[in-house]
Amino acid sequence: MEKIVKLASENGILIMSKSSCCLCYAVQILFQDLGVHPLIYEIDHDPEGKEIEKALIRMGCSGPVPAVFIGGKLVGSTNEVMSLHLSGSLIPLITPYQALSNVK
Amino acid sequence: MNSTSTQFVPSRRMGIHEPIHQMAMWGDFKGLDTSPSMILEVEAKLDNQSEDTSHGIVGPSNKYDQEASKPADKVLRRLAQNREAARKSRMRKKAYVQQLESSKLRLIQLEQELDRARRQGLPVGGALDNSQLGYSGTTNPGITTFEMEYGRWVDEQNRQISDLKNALHSDIGDVELRLFVDSGMRHYFDLFTMKATAARCDVFYLMSGMWKTAAERFFFWIGGFRPSELLKVLLPHLEPLSEQQRLDLCNLGQSCQQAEDALSQGMEKLHQILAETVAARLLGDENYYQQIGAAIEKLDALVRFVGQADHLRQETLQQISRILTTRQAARGLLALGTYFQRLRDLSSHWSTHPRESA
Repeated sequence: MEKIVKLASENGILIMSKSSCCLCYAVQILFQDLGVHPLIYEIDHDPEGKEIEKALIRMGCSGPVPAVFIGGKLVGSTNEVMSLHLSGSLIPLITPYQALSNVK
Repeated sequence: MNSTSTQFVPSRRMGIHEPIHQMAMWGDFKGLDTSPSMILEVEAKLDNQSEDTSHGIVGPSNKYDQEASKPADKVLRRLAQNREAARKSRMRKKAYVQQLESSKLRLIQLEQELDRARRQGLPVGGALDNSQLGYSGTTNPGITTFEMEYGRWVDEQNRQISDLKNALHSDIGDVELRLFVDSGMRHYFDLFTMKATAARCDVFYLMSGMWKTAAERFFFWIGGFRPSELLKVLLPHLEPLSEQQRLDLCNLGQSCQQAEDALSQGMEKLHQILAETVAARLLGDENYYQQIGAAIEKLDALVRFVGQADHLRQETLQQISRILTTRQAARGLLALGTYFQRLRDLSSHWSTHPRESA
């Protein structure tokens, strides 16, 4: 879906979220703890929310929210983010964006 | 009363009052075998009788049709009353059978709990701590199954710990030791799978930790042990470690703590949202069921959280296993298993030696 691709490419770290989703909030907190500030896009506040949700499922996101994109690529949902972090692979992925967000 | 079949009064002899008589007869079943086949047999017999009742009345009424309308009115009224009585009778029967079924499940549950309590060496029948008996607030069959499976899981766990101890004290090679480690890890993963199913049945039950012992509950975090706690418990027992291993474990500990904190904060938000959902519009009375419905939707989020916490536990275990050598991993599993075993022993000791008030 173009909207998602566009949002993902324009923002280093993007989290597709829902305002009522507490797991999305948890992922957000994790990224903040790691020193980055992802863009949180709340799909329940988007009139096309349902389509976005379907698109995320088609892209393979199990949540479908939270759906985390880093550097324009879909990383996955909470499971994938946690696995990456515990294996030490998440920080290298987000390091390029740590400097940028500090500049903001 | 020895068998059900001889107790049925033939329907033809009775008139309108038969359905009420049938009701009285159900009370007689209290002392009987209430296995499913018996219940079906009884149901079939009762069903036949209810049908016979209405048919029995319809037959003789035909001869009234030719008479004046007044008696016909009476007949029609009697017919309607009889149908109504028969219907109510069937409903009561249904309710009674359902009650029997849940009593049966409850009985199975209690037997399992007694079994487990006996295995833990408790004086069964005496004054037991509620936590030892397990949570029996519902007769949810999924939870009954889970408690049964968990009991078996603990037994298997104790066996594995003992085998692992023997293996480490013998001079078996790494290849064989690896088998022990792999089956130990798989055993924990099996538990997480069982918990996922149980969470879908009753997430509050899983979160309450009532399926675990009191001391384990003290350390509870979102449906189980704290992954960061796991590392702290294990570390001293894994020495000697190489510098790289020490660094990797340190990094793992930090990531684990961060992931845990994130989930904890997510849970706090869920608490808040659930509280707000339940507390909304307390003084208006129309939307009561809507409020409950909205709250129940939020409970799905709780199931996801428990799943996420278990995923974190599983990932932590896997990462530890990747960082360590086979022998270190075997020692780690033994240490972990012994730690939980001690918590369980502490709980059972605590409950059989009640504190006296000062």
